[in-house]
Amino acid sequence: MATATAPTPPARVPAELQRRWLRQMLLIRRFEEKAAEAYALGKIGGFCHLYIGQEAVAVGSLAALRDDDYVISSYREHGQALARGVSANAVMAELYGKATGTSRGKGGSMHLFDASRRFMGGHGIVGGHIPLAAGISFAIKYKGGDQVCLCYFGEAAVNIGAFHESLNMASVYKLPVIFCCENNRYGMGTAFERVAAVTDVVEHACSYDMAAELVNGMDVLAVHAATERAVARARQGGHPTLLEVRTYRYMGHSMSDPLHGVYRTKEEVEEQKKRDPIAQLTHRLTEDGALDATGLDALEREVRAEVDEATRFADESPDPDPTELTAHVLAD
Amino acid sequence: MPTLTYRDALNQALREEMQRDPTVFLMGEEVGVYQGAYKVSRGLLEEFGPLRVVDTPIAELGFAGIGVGAAMAGLRPVIEFMTWNFAVLALDQIVNSAAKILYESGGQVPIPIVFRGPNGAALQLAAQHSQAWDSWLAHIPGLQVVAPATPADAKGLLKAAIRDNNPVIVLEGEMLYNVKGEVPEGEHVVPIGQADVKRPGQDVTLICHSKTVTVALQAADQLAEHAGVSAEVLDLRSLRPLDEAAILASVTRTNRAVVVEEGWPHAGIGAQVVDVIQRDAFDQLDAPVLRVTQADVPMPYNKQLERLAKPSVDRVVAAARRVLYLD
Amino acid sequence: MATRVYMEALSPTMEEGRLVKWHKKEGDPVKSGETLAEVETDKAIMDLVARADGVLRQVAVAEGQTVPVGSVVAMIVAPGEAIDAAPTAGGAAPGRTAPAAPVAPAAVAPSAASPPAPARAPAVSAPAAAAAAPVDATRVRASPLARRMAQEAGVDLKLVPGSGPGGRVVRRDLEAAATRPAPPLPGTPATPTGPAAPAPLALAGARAAAVRAPELVRGGAAYEDVPLTQIRKTIAKRLATSLGPVPHFFLTMEVDMERAAEARDALNRQLGDAGKVSFNDVILKATALALVRHRPCNAWFQDDHIRYWNEVHLGMAVAVEDGLITPVIRHADLKSLSEIGREARALAERARSRRLQPDEYTGATFSVSNLGMFDIDQFTAVINPPEAGIVAVGTITQKPVVWDGQLAARRRLRLTMSCDHRVIDGATGAAFLQTLKLMLENPLAMLL
Repeated sequence: MATATAPTPPARVPAELQRRWLRQMLLIRRFEEKAAEAYALGKIGGFCHLYIGQEAVAVGSLAALRDDDYVISSYREHGQALARGVSANAVMAELYGKATGTSRGKGGSMHLFDASRRFMGGHGIVGGHIPLAAGISFAIKYKGGDQVCLCYFGEAAVNIGAFHESLNMASVYKLPVIFCCENNRYGMGTAFERVAAVTDVVEHACSYDMAAELVNGMDVLAVHAATERAVARARQGGHPTLLEVRTYRYMGHSMSDPLHGVYRTKEEVEEQKKRDPIAQLTHRLTEDGALDATGLDALEREVRAEVDEATRFADESPDPDPTELTAHVLAD
Repeated sequence: MPTLTYRDALNQALREEMQRDPTVFLMGEEVGVYQGAYKVSRGLLEEFGPLRVVDTPIAELGFAGIGVGAAMAGLRPVIEFMTWNFAVLALDQIVNSAAKILYESGGQVPIPIVFRGPNGAALQLAAQHSQAWDSWLAHIPGLQVVAPATPADAKGLLKAAIRDNNPVIVLEGEMLYNVKGEVPEGEHVVPIGQADVKRPGQDVTLICHSKTVTVALQAADQLAEHAGVSAEVLDLRSLRPLDEAAILASVTRTNRAVVVEEGWPHAGIGAQVVDVIQRDAFDQLDAPVLRVTQADVPMPYNKQLERLAKPSVDRVVAAARRVLYLD
Repeated sequence: MATRVYMEALSPTMEEGRLVKWHKKEGDPVKSGETLAEVETDKAIMDLVARADGVLRQVAVAEGQTVPVGSVVAMIVAPGEAIDAAPTAGGAAPGRTAPAAPVAPAAVAPSAASPPAPARAPAVSAPAAAAAAPVDATRVRASPLARRMAQEAGVDLKLVPGSGPGGRVVRRDLEAAATRPAPPLPGTPATPTGPAAPAPLALAGARAAAVRAPELVRGGAAYEDVPLTQIRKTIAKRLATSLGPVPHFFLTMEVDMERAAEARDALNRQLGDAGKVSFNDVILKATALALVRHRPCNAWFQDDHIRYWNEVHLGMAVAVEDGLITPVIRHADLKSLSEIGREARALAERARSRRLQPDEYTGATFSVSNLGMFDIDQFTAVINPPEAGIVAVGTITQKPVVWDGQLAARRRLRLTMSCDHRVIDGATGAAFLQTLKLMLENPLAMLL
């Protein structure tokens, strides 16, 4: 199949659904802001990779999935977990390392899991989970199901062997998988064009005879539409798709990294913020008369309350019992 | 009881488990059309079809990861590495994915998967193709590691590995594939974590696994014949979990031990066994525990040098004589 | 080459020893393993044996004299060998001081009694005397197994020639030692059947009688200073480390012994002369079984941790002529009443004759002290650290009590438990005593 660029979103998405997406994006933004605050207060430890700026990708793509589909992601996965319906309480509690967290406090920011929502984890080795996505979709095909597996990774993972091995095998075996590359332009502090011979990720699909789309990741509607097409390809005959979703992260690579400085300028970050996915959607809904200032305020209040509750819940939750140390090394 | 080769015993275990459980499938290089690089999968493609006997590109990391992903979604993959030397390319999937996902998901996502293939030196394959990965793999919590020495154990341990709900590493011996032995028919499962006394004795325990079991048995014969020494040969069979009770019971009887392994000496399996003995059988020891390992060098190609590098019957006999204060 | 004879550490806690009696005199030929002298340790009288063949020379410690462990008490030399330096009573063994090499021993402790010391050698050139000194007289190379076998058999490893590398004593050496006539073990008379076996017991007894007159000695001095015997010193030291630093508290409980008495009588009728069961045996047995159900009381305080024992080793305070000692009934919970009885009597006898081996009076997890035979109603016992508890047993007396609503005369017993509050809390100790009471009041409960 040939590589194609993204057409403009054709179908009208009902206003109510768009409001729901706005709410999800707002929830992710406020949640991540709160996580940054908690990190600064020492409530969250270790690595913590925030999703601010990329909200439209998780929300738009996950909106195209069914409940019985699978999702797998990298270590920048708070937003995807929230958009998949994992409660803010459980996610925040996991960031806090508490017993009530998604992984009982044993995974942390990089390893959010919710098997009941088929959210198969955040994974911490760049590109290491891409073969797992192929494996999950292999199992779907093996069992004769029509589910799909949606796999998120950053553009930097494209340079690692696992990406290429997985795309090759997904195409050879015709696996129902969507490889969703969130191109936020920097692998930690290295601009993609400095380390990639081919800077349009979609082009890699040619090597593996795979469908692909280049998508505007600041437009939730565009992300949704492209993912819907990819999902359809996967469900009908198990064809994989590579989506390159162009987006931007406002924050540093992780909480311990600067927002800008040696590798990008403040001006660049400010310029990118003018394309803010939340502002864009808000503007569109206001223009269409589907949302007014009161409605927006109400959404903001709801979302802040949810995040405050998550923080309170995480704060008050207990640490894991010491017996958890040795539990789950092996299954029974 | 029928006599089978180690290779056919493994084949039988795979066939029976695939017949028993439709979620079991075999994936790896040359497992299908070619019938297996070492013919372990002979006839399986014909019986089970290409969905369950899956040929892969030469992409160890990729297909190991596909196996782990399939296990996450409820299948029981058996991933064959043509040899464990190539599996080093897949270590990220074995160590970072298979061994950790259950733990980092707080117990939500078990990974019932088998990684198997030949391990250790064969003959004159030189450094990159002659390595024993036992201690590398046994180091990792979340993995279990078995290393059968006989056809019967090969069948029983592979069946146990496939049925286990966790990742199990099956280290086969390239030099063992043609070894013949009696193999129980049908339901024969050897529990993971149980060592086996391959030859009882009173004076010294030779602790070994996989290919070195043969070496230890020959050494025991020589010790009996030339020195009147009764050596016990304890086959560990599982390297993780280690059957500490069996080790301690034997050493408590014999008061002396020699640990034999194919791997290098530094941080090897034998070092772990010695730790168990010094910790829990200190007062039973009449001599320091000695180890016989591969020489601490990359495996040379030359036949004579290769022979010098491998653990040999002579070296095991010499070590046993030393712990018995015979020299 | 001359071999020094040291005052050896013959018990685990011994710091000095009193030379009770020399079995060999100056100039006597001696063989390795032969008893040279009897030494009173802090716990018992033990044999000091020769570590070399030769002739005994330069006996430096007189009978009755006390010297620190490691002191040279004599020399064993080859017949006709000249000796260049006399031992000095109280002089330290090289192995127990700082490395001896730089300075010759004589330079360390010049003594008026010594012959002129050799010229002081420069520190760098190893003086002959230092070179000849044993590196460490008490170090024995032995495999862990050999050490354990020796301990179980009561064999002194120093007496067993080692055949392993560097003279390591290994299993076969002990097996060989067992099949040939062994040198006398410490504490065993050299000729058990001989009429003239040395009688340290008598000796100790005579001395004890001299210093502990039962009544005031009128018409003499107003007082008599009696030097502390080794055992008395040890008792003083050990008990002062108990009542001072150990926060004791005490729990007393009265127990009805009527049914225990009936059971004991019935048993003794049945046993006849085969060995009577005493109340003490019943109490020991009940205590051991109660400990099985109350591990928190079966514990050692170990400074930074508490060791809760899963085995019951019951200490049993025994009064001996000159003090007391607490031999241990090992695995008391697993032994039958009559086994406990036999063992208690044997241990008490050996304690009184001061023939207990160190491993027979160490390692108790809990103790019982019984002064019932002295008509003591109740008393408090001092805990023997690191144990965390001891039960003091009074006498059994008939008392009027209200029983089943009626006034009745019944045999009653008072138990007082001393508890180390760092390990045992009030309720913990009380629960244990309740179980003990239940068992004594209803001996069938011991079968549960």
